[in-house]
Amino acid sequence: MLDFLGLPPDASAHGADIDNMIGVVHWLMFALFIGWGIFFTYVLIRFRRTRHQKADYQGAKTHASTYLEIAVAVFEGILIIGFAVPLWAQRVNEFPEDKDAIVVRVVAEQFAWNVHYPGADGFFGATDVNLVSADNPIGLDRSDPDGKDDIVTINQLVVPVGKPVIVRLTSKDVIHSFSIPLLRVKQDVIPGQVIPVWFEPIETTEHIRVAMTKTYSLINPGVNLMTMMTMQDYVDKDSVVIVPAGSILFPDVVEQLVASGYTEVRAAPETPMEIACAQLCGLGHYRMRGFVSVKTPEAYEAWLAEEALYLQ
Amino acid sequence: MQHVAAATPAAAGTHHEEHAGFWRTYVFSLDHKVIGIQYMMTALLFLFLGFTLMMLMRWQIAYPTKGIPGEWFALLPAVIGVAALAVGVYSKRRLTLLVGLLFGGIAWLVWWMVSDEVLFPEGIMLPELYNSFGAMHGTIMIFLGVVPLAVGGFGNYVVPLQVGAPDMAFPKLNMMSYWSYFVGGLVMLTSFFVPGGAANSGWTSYPPLADIATTGQTVWLFGMVFLITSSLLGSVNFIVTIVQLRAKGLTFMRLPFFVWAQFVTSFLLLLAFPPLEGAAILQLMDRLAGTSFFLPSGLVISGQVLDVAGGGSPLLWQHLFWFLAHPEVYVLILPAMGIVAEIIANNTRKPLWGYRSLVYASIFLGFMSFIVWAHHMFMTGMGTVISTFFQTTTMIISIPSVIILSALIISLWGGSIRYTVPMLFAIAFLPMFGIGGLTGLPLGLAPTDIHLHDTYYVIGHFHYVVAPGTIFALFAGIYYWYPKVTGRMMNETLGKIHFWGSLVCMNGIFFPMLIQGLAGVSRRLYDGGAQYAHAQNVLQWNEVMSISAWALALFQIPFILNFFWSMKKGRQVESDNPWGATTLEWQTPTPPPHGNFTSIPEVYRGPYEYSVPDAAKDYTPQNVP
Repeated sequence: MLDFLGLPPDASAHGADIDNMIGVVHWLMFALFIGWGIFFTYVLIRFRRTRHQKADYQGAKTHASTYLEIAVAVFEGILIIGFAVPLWAQRVNEFPEDKDAIVVRVVAEQFAWNVHYPGADGFFGATDVNLVSADNPIGLDRSDPDGKDDIVTINQLVVPVGKPVIVRLTSKDVIHSFSIPLLRVKQDVIPGQVIPVWFEPIETTEHIRVAMTKTYSLINPGVNLMTMMTMQDYVDKDSVVIVPAGSILFPDVVEQLVASGYTEVRAAPETPMEIACAQLCGLGHYRMRGFVSVKTPEAYEAWLAEEALYLQ
Repeated sequence: MQHVAAATPAAAGTHHEEHAGFWRTYVFSLDHKVIGIQYMMTALLFLFLGFTLMMLMRWQIAYPTKGIPGEWFALLPAVIGVAALAVGVYSKRRLTLLVGLLFGGIAWLVWWMVSDEVLFPEGIMLPELYNSFGAMHGTIMIFLGVVPLAVGGFGNYVVPLQVGAPDMAFPKLNMMSYWSYFVGGLVMLTSFFVPGGAANSGWTSYPPLADIATTGQTVWLFGMVFLITSSLLGSVNFIVTIVQLRAKGLTFMRLPFFVWAQFVTSFLLLLAFPPLEGAAILQLMDRLAGTSFFLPSGLVISGQVLDVAGGGSPLLWQHLFWFLAHPEVYVLILPAMGIVAEIIANNTRKPLWGYRSLVYASIFLGFMSFIVWAHHMFMTGMGTVISTFFQTTTMIISIPSVIILSALIISLWGGSIRYTVPMLFAIAFLPMFGIGGLTGLPLGLAPTDIHLHDTYYVIGHFHYVVAPGTIFALFAGIYYWYPKVTGRMMNETLGKIHFWGSLVCMNGIFFPMLIQGLAGVSRRLYDGGAQYAHAQNVLQWNEVMSISAWALALFQIPFILNFFWSMKKGRQVESDNPWGATTLEWQTPTPPPHGNFTSIPEVYRGPYEYSVPDAAKDYTPQNVP
């Protein structure tokens, strides 16, 4: 069922529960639609005027619809009590302790996601709207002792695999929505409020990319190849590598491959995990795209250390 | 006063207004039928405009890197206009000439906007314009198209006839209602021409975005105030008419289901619109008077601290907006269900199955629709208690919808089904509305909404309800009541081309949206999601949907031609009751004169006495003793 529905791959711990529930609800929908559809088609054929000249004043003498309505009500009750409420409670009530999780702030603006890490001390520095400038998009007060080691990135959310992540969301200007389809996360970002959301990545970005690798036609790909990168080396007839693995399929790269006689390419999205703004936020809404990089714990630590170096 | 008029409809027929001259008869008329037709024609034009905006947007979505061939979009109205002009000149018909000029004008407007690069610099639709068209598509379709057509058009024309009244209870209010709508529509149209273009913050106009948007948003809010006023005036009138002006013997349980649907709808409009009118005025104050009802403190817009008092709440707007906008969904669907019920009873030649449960279900639906609004806001940071409440009410409201749909489908059993054009549209409504309703389930449950909220799944869901749902029912109503209004039938063949073409194209547009939504593609994206990795595997559907949308436009040509051609050339009806119907609107002269009935109607039976055993004919009108 889930393959049939075409949901994107899931990379978070709670994602399977949500997908499972989407599957269950769609089973109910299909059952009802097909049941109704069969009855409907049968009736339309059987009771057409040419076959059934005289209508029956009484019509159907059945209570089947009552049973159907009760069945639907019971099923919906089960969906709420058995699936929806526990799952929602787990999402909004059962937050992990801060000390057991990676805690980051995300400050949304037209049209970017500013990601604020507390740095080595684990405390976020104070912010002030009057300090906002082009190089300090969140108005971080570097003179605050807590803020000295804070790391701020734009459109890059880097987290380790296998550890809960708490994101405290707020916005500088209008309402945005922090959506990461592959992590089954979505939360409106509302100015004047801080709303937390949490998830636990269970796959690294690298893994997901490998899982999403497919063969695409170079002539008629049906996708925007510029969002894709090659997943293997491509060689010309002298076995010289012309396009190494990991190359973005820009038009000139595609041309090069076609010129060497290739018609297909093994490729995967360059940035499989994306933060998509899901709430209309102005003219740049469509390009308010951030990237999630789920790294191994070691790679994550290395990244933090590297970012800390830039501060000095 | 109205009671006197109700008691003497024959006298009302010779009312002095018959000699009132052109302006009072056709323009500032007090006659509910003229007002109904005014509403209908205006609303159809707005539907056409709203659809045109979407066709332009669909080009941008399917081919984000190619400029818009705008001339092609002028071609359709130009062809219709030239054809109508030619026919008009040939047959010396003023109305046809007028229609030709109108469509010629639309074609010229589109061509002018494109060729002088008014809208599309270098053939490109900019993101601002895309957002503007998106907001105005929604606004026009809902507030200027579907509701005015379903309530203002069909409600005005049919309800007084079906309850056996000579007119609406308050004819002057009725006229005010139309003209308020008309002014609201004009205001909305002018907003396209103010600096920065029309409103571009979505039809939902969420602040702070809407508070800081260009001037078009102010004009939008003024327009909304007129449109809401129009709906309030209309809904009071319907309620009083249905309660007070029913013919003798027409008890509530003998009312045609269409009247019940309009009755419940009127209560929804009356009770749900005032909060939005208030909210619109608050937003106007935010924009014009420097208040901060919806603006929190400390906003930084493009690097500049916003100079406002602050302390407001963006969420307040969402609550006020959805407190209207959810009942609005039932305002869109109930009249459609009413039309479908009338046509199914008439074309199966048997009574509706479960009339009482239909009535009780719609009343219950009306009540419940006031306490489900926050299911549009699951993603705003809602706790478990509140989300459980709104999920539960949302699941409860699905039950009356299931009851209504089941009753209509079971009504087909045992019938002698005539596949007339109105019947085709009416039965296609059932599975299409079915898909629309079922896809509401995963959206109404908060955890599944995490993945589906604000994706194309939502767009697919509500368009299935409103486009092949409500709009099909409205087409059914037009084909069904056309002979009563004009005395002529619409052409069957053209009608069937219109039906089958529209059915295929509607599904070609809206089903792929469900697929894209499940893949997680966000709505309101200027490039249709072309940048996003998770959208890549479903991107090719964009072209399918766009081509279906343009094909849908082509399949409306037979309808438009049929609509005007049949006025003069359609087959004349042999009797006042060409469909062999039971309800009172068919027991009048054709078209009904001012004052409607030639003798005082009295009702002796329920609304759908078809195929009564031992009766001479297969229908027994309500007013036959």
